[in-house]
Amino acid sequence: MAVNREKEIQKALAFEAKRVEKRPILNAKNNRLENLKKAWYKFSRNKLSVVGLITVVIVILAAILAPYITPYPKHAGAFTDFANVCKAPGKEYLLGTDNMGRDILTRIIYSFRGALYMSILVLAIAVPIGTILGMLAGYMKGTIVDTIIMRITDIFLSVPAMLLALAVASVLEPNLTNSMIAVTVMWWPWYCRLVYGSATSCRQENFVIGADLMGAGKMHIIFKEILPNCMSSIFTKMALDVGWVILIGATLSFVGLGEQPPTPSLGQMVSDGSRYMPDAWWMTVFPSLAIVIIILGFNFMGDGIGDMLSKGDGKNG
Amino acid sequence: MNLKKFIIHRILLSIVVIIGLSIVIFSIARIVPGDPARMALGATATKEALENFRIENHLNESLPVQYFYWITGVLQGNFGMSTTTDRAVAKDILQFLPATVEVVFFSTLLLIFGSILIGKLAAKHKDTVIDGILRVFSYAGVAMPGFVVAILLLLLFGYMWQVIPVLGRLSPGMTAPAHITGLYVLDALLTGKFAVAWDAFLHISIPAVALALGGMFQDARLVRNAMVENSSKDYLVAMKGYGVPEKVMNNKYLLKPSLIPAVSCMGMDIASLMGNAFLIETIFSWPGISKYGLSAMLAKDLNAISGVIMVFGVVFVAVNIIVDIVVAYLDPRIRLGGGN
Repeated sequence: MAVNREKEIQKALAFEAKRVEKRPILNAKNNRLENLKKAWYKFSRNKLSVVGLITVVIVILAAILAPYITPYPKHAGAFTDFANVCKAPGKEYLLGTDNMGRDILTRIIYSFRGALYMSILVLAIAVPIGTILGMLAGYMKGTIVDTIIMRITDIFLSVPAMLLALAVASVLEPNLTNSMIAVTVMWWPWYCRLVYGSATSCRQENFVIGADLMGAGKMHIIFKEILPNCMSSIFTKMALDVGWVILIGATLSFVGLGEQPPTPSLGQMVSDGSRYMPDAWWMTVFPSLAIVIIILGFNFMGDGIGDMLSKGDGKNG
Repeated sequence: MNLKKFIIHRILLSIVVIIGLSIVIFSIARIVPGDPARMALGATATKEALENFRIENHLNESLPVQYFYWITGVLQGNFGMSTTTDRAVAKDILQFLPATVEVVFFSTLLLIFGSILIGKLAAKHKDTVIDGILRVFSYAGVAMPGFVVAILLLLLFGYMWQVIPVLGRLSPGMTAPAHITGLYVLDALLTGKFAVAWDAFLHISIPAVALALGGMFQDARLVRNAMVENSSKDYLVAMKGYGVPEKVMNNKYLLKPSLIPAVSCMGMDIASLMGNAFLIETIFSWPGISKYGLSAMLAKDLNAISGVIMVFGVVFVAVNIIVDIVVAYLDPRIRLGGGN
């Protein structure tokens, strides 16, 4: 009797285990793991993307941990040390010091903060605006809404982006916030154009027509049917754009329309250093290298994300 | 759509864009915090002077009326007075524009021919060291802001290896050639002063290289990729089979279709050369319109800012039209009216 009962219990347990295995939620979890593995495979197939990812992670960590890892955290502000003015790179100052005796390495790491802050905020504002306008225009293609939105986009895209940003930044007070406003103003049209393309091709797809026939509202169609299909191109462009925003930000601060001293920014360091060339070459060359490295890092990573999100084997994606 | 219709459509669209652009520029010049009259006349101006300035510049009218006054002025070539130079902005622009046109012209030549030549070379030597070097340079071209390239070139040629003069338009001992077009090289050649022409050309070379470098390597990479991709197409394999000489095949049948993606990108690059000129001219003390525009921006000289941007916008739109026409010409799908 007891033996029978035990057998029965074991049988039930085995059945339960099998049933659990078939449960959709757990399967979904496994699937997600599988997808992640696949995505990582696509991403890491290009070694440069991995290099880019590592660079980006290092830059972000350095920016967050700046007060703890920089050799002279005080040098990030209005600090002067006339005994050590324009010291060449050496043991004490790894990348040399500037005309105020401040450590260049410390100032470079601190300026990553402003650069990253700027690119995150610019994209956080410009991308939703551009995406929503682009989807709206794409979904209502052929109507007056489409014409108005896309002609305005054309106008913004008809001047060199750098020029428009310089103009907007120059009429406002020069500081980091206003330079971010300037860059945001010229940034959303690119997303509008990008999303418009995907949205117009989407609106003739069967699933959108189907949703429309079933009585779905415009909001539902735009945000639940069209938006998910634009996501991969938006993310790819965003990853590449972080580098671009940093570049434009550096340019603005190079001409004195960005972050104001004594807070360090990469462009301003290059511009300050150019006045001490060629004797104190390290003042110009190292911040320039830092700009190149950070932008390259984001570009390589962006390429990798593009590969990852592209359909198919991503060979040429 | 045939080519003629395409061009007309394109030009009509550009007119709409330029009108819109003028509204945007006008709005930018009017979002300035502070009183434009006070900014123009300074803190010492009297109340009457301010009032007179406002009446003279229609600052008491509503914004649409102000826009109307401004745009009718612009259409007659009157951008108002510059507050930094105390001269008409149009006059300033005419004075500074030739220097910029000169440097942008040379860097455009470099961009076009440099990228095609390098791209061809890399495609010919696919997957070799030459190809690898191009790849590295094109990545660097993406990541290097124009001002970094310019400063590194300045460091190299200005201080370390002084074989080419880098600052200004002419060496100190030279006198500028008689003003015909305002382009020093052309003027000097026309008046027969070859030494001056050579000197002016040397002065242009480094800013032009600094301006073109980034875009050149990226476009070279596009040319290379398109050539590599097209080279395995059936029609070229068939030609090889027929025994068409390789040179004819490469130059006539492979290069032309491979230029299409690069040309549309080149157009963007050439147009943005003018935007990048803003920094390059400042670094090399090049007395062009960009340097003028930048100093106007730093001094908040609103009439000068809107004038310079308007000129750049019109040039940018014109370049884009030309590029579209060139692309249409290169691409028979558009030229012959098929496709979409």
